[in-house]
Amino acid sequence: MYDIVIVGAGVTGAMTARELSKYNLKIALTEKCNDVAMGATKANSGIVHAGFDAAEGSLMAKLNVKGCSMMAETCKKLSVPYKNNGSLVVAFSDEEKEHLNVLYERGVKNGVPDMKIISKDELREMEPNISDEAVAALYAPTAGIVCPYELTIAATECAVSNGVEFIRNCEIKGIRTVADKLVLDTTQGEIETKYVINAAGVFADEIAKMAGDDSIHITARRGEYFLLDKSVGNLVSHTIFQCPGKMGKGILVAQTVDGNLLMGPTAEDIDDKTDVSTTNSGLNNVKTFAAKSIPSVSTRNAITSFTGLRAHENRHEFIIGVSDSNKRLINAAGIESPGLTSAPAIAQYIDGIVKNLFEGITPRDDYNDTREAPVRFRHMTDEERAELIKKNSAYGRIVCRCETITEGEIIDAIRAPAGARDVDGVKRRTRAGMGRCQGGFCGSKVVEILARELNTQVNEITKFGGNSKILFDKTK
Amino acid sequence: MINYDLAVIGGGPAGMAAALKAKECGVEKIVILERAESLGGILEQCIHTGFGLHYFGEELSGPEYADKFIELVKQTDIDVKVNTMVLSVSDDKIVTAVNTTDGLIQIKATAVILAMGCRERPRGALQIAGTRASGIMTAGTAQKYVNIDGYMPGKKVVILGSGDIGLIMARRMTLEGAEVKVVCELMPFSGGLTRNIVQCLDDFGIPLRLSTTVIETHGKERLEGVTIAQVDDKLQPIPGTEEYIECDTLMLSVGLIPENELTKQAGISLDRITNGAVVNEMRETDHEGIFACGNVLQVHDLVDYVTLESQIAGQGAADYILGKNAGEKVYINTVPENGVRYIVPQKVNIKSKDDVKLYFRVGAIYKNKKLTVEADGKVISSKKKVKLAPGEMENVLIPADILAGLSENSTIKVRVED
Repeated sequence: MYDIVIVGAGVTGAMTARELSKYNLKIALTEKCNDVAMGATKANSGIVHAGFDAAEGSLMAKLNVKGCSMMAETCKKLSVPYKNNGSLVVAFSDEEKEHLNVLYERGVKNGVPDMKIISKDELREMEPNISDEAVAALYAPTAGIVCPYELTIAATECAVSNGVEFIRNCEIKGIRTVADKLVLDTTQGEIETKYVINAAGVFADEIAKMAGDDSIHITARRGEYFLLDKSVGNLVSHTIFQCPGKMGKGILVAQTVDGNLLMGPTAEDIDDKTDVSTTNSGLNNVKTFAAKSIPSVSTRNAITSFTGLRAHENRHEFIIGVSDSNKRLINAAGIESPGLTSAPAIAQYIDGIVKNLFEGITPRDDYNDTREAPVRFRHMTDEERAELIKKNSAYGRIVCRCETITEGEIIDAIRAPAGARDVDGVKRRTRAGMGRCQGGFCGSKVVEILARELNTQVNEITKFGGNSKILFDKTK
Repeated sequence: MINYDLAVIGGGPAGMAAALKAKECGVEKIVILERAESLGGILEQCIHTGFGLHYFGEELSGPEYADKFIELVKQTDIDVKVNTMVLSVSDDKIVTAVNTTDGLIQIKATAVILAMGCRERPRGALQIAGTRASGIMTAGTAQKYVNIDGYMPGKKVVILGSGDIGLIMARRMTLEGAEVKVVCELMPFSGGLTRNIVQCLDDFGIPLRLSTTVIETHGKERLEGVTIAQVDDKLQPIPGTEEYIECDTLMLSVGLIPENELTKQAGISLDRITNGAVVNEMRETDHEGIFACGNVLQVHDLVDYVTLESQIAGQGAADYILGKNAGEKVYINTVPENGVRYIVPQKVNIKSKDDVKLYFRVGAIYKNKKLTVEADGKVISSKKKVKLAPGEMENVLIPADILAGLSENSTIKVRVED
């Protein structure tokens, strides 16, 4: 029997698992997909928000500002790239300029430091490619960028190294409360636990309901994005927002930590919580609104487009705490933006709840809250590369030519704690297949390496688990 | 640091032909750096025939064509390093590369020939809406799965783009028992060779739908179908013409892009249309002693032309290394005009002692037109053409004596005329 089962290996579940792995507790992190970071975490803007958006006094506001202040240190410990590039909310009319004051005032109340409303001229100086129509902006220097799935992968690796068990392809079908425990009926068999932490993203309402709590209502809110080539990554240096509307913070234009340019997301509520398809109208909207901020942006440089789903709770607030309906259920629901920013603070907040649930809880002696940086051949000097290949010749074989990823790095990604099991998992961990050719050349090699490492046939390897197989039978 | 007279980057048909020509011209120390496990380049997975008709006068498969050159390379003292990826080429012609046996290698070369080939345009560039299911791949990737790895990447196939690889794969998949439902082409004409349309589609009853594209993919895990639609003359989908086609595989054959990352890194100027380096008639780039040939310079339809172009580059590199290219050089530009999209080479030395052939492509289908070459307001040649198509590379010869009559202010113009 587990002490705690954390349902959902998104950024919330993974960061919580890492935080709680400091105790002598038996913890499992379950995930219905074949890898971590497969839901809302996989596809979002990757922005560390300063914290002026959330309503004053809300848990969202509190955890956002705190999470923002924790992110640099967290990323350093986990060897995850983070950049404190600051953000700009751009106003295009006097009315919007007024709204900047509202955001500014709210930010001050929320405890956001060092914000400033800047003039058109100052804005142009900071962002030479900004539209001529822009009249002013709210500058928040504490905002940053981080790769959401890298953070989640690193946090999971850290948690697993500290004894957390990661169980993939584990979908929860039902939850029974039996005397002093919960019994989870899952696609990996029955799992018994004292407590469940519900970090199930868009499905958090369904998990809560299984445990007898029907107070949560999550809507999947679709957001579509374009990812552009690194050659246009420096069109902006800060994250460029437009004034927020009812459905969220609008279409942003931002650099990613890898140096690509990201634009999106749209906001559209949909019924199917697994529908991550892109639409022609959505992608057109992204183009139109991104061009409003940065007129020279062009999707001619698009590498890919994708859709993410935000877990929007009706109250637009983080629902974190012991459920009123089931004392063995701890919800971490409604974690939409600024959920990524808040993740380190959410983990601490949940720690505050959990440590009171277990009498005589003790810390692990060997707890290590860091993760060693994976080998990144492309960032090394020639001397370092020469040394590395001497130690292990697999680092001398370049598999992905666009991103300069070696076979050694791919093997590392598969062998890592909670390592990659499919092509997309290798891609997220190493960037193999993420470049200009989008896996055209290296895809088949990655499939081969996966099959070899996992001791299976190439036609068993999937793109992202389930029925997403890449190859059928042998040829005639 | 290892010293070589000539470093050839890429051991496909271009790199091999260039290295062999340089050897024949008397260059001593030559190395070919190839990223794959063996020489041959993309020809190794092109097991269909149709190679070598122009160059050898016989019809060979891709591997057979490559083998002829691999054998010739073996008979020389050209060094070959396979599984070797070049990471950079510096201004002073230091080539940095890695492999598993030598580790990190640095080569100081007197001349460098860039012969890295090209890659296929991926899905992202097309912006097709829909799901991210498995089963969407470029035709070349599918070709590798079938011909090299021996696995079927799909059973019910839709092909978008009628480039040659797509056409070849339509036939290949059919022969392997898959059902190729349709080949969609965005343009009102195919970019592939006519012979491939006849032999790969018509002979197997596979429909080619022109002015048609894929607008959406369906299926959450494995692809389950695509929506296709006709497009108007601005290439925009026409509402009401949508059609759902059930399939488990979407193959993309939507164009090839020269792989010029090393070229860009070295600061060499590129042509906006070819996406290859700007070169003179010896295929030398704007960096002295660095040459480019084959699909990295311009995408060819026939490997035979790759071979010929690479021999020019090999000759050019040899002349440079052996100091035979001294003498006066006066470069003038070649200018594509009405109907002609680009010309390679972009610069020609009017003091050249040899005739110079200009290679180019037209931008649309033309019937019963003339190809006219003009310099200093005078028509050099004007040839009648029954048909001109973007899929078929054209060439014209500029005799050395005509070049000698031009001045530094001249330009050579090529155009399509009535």
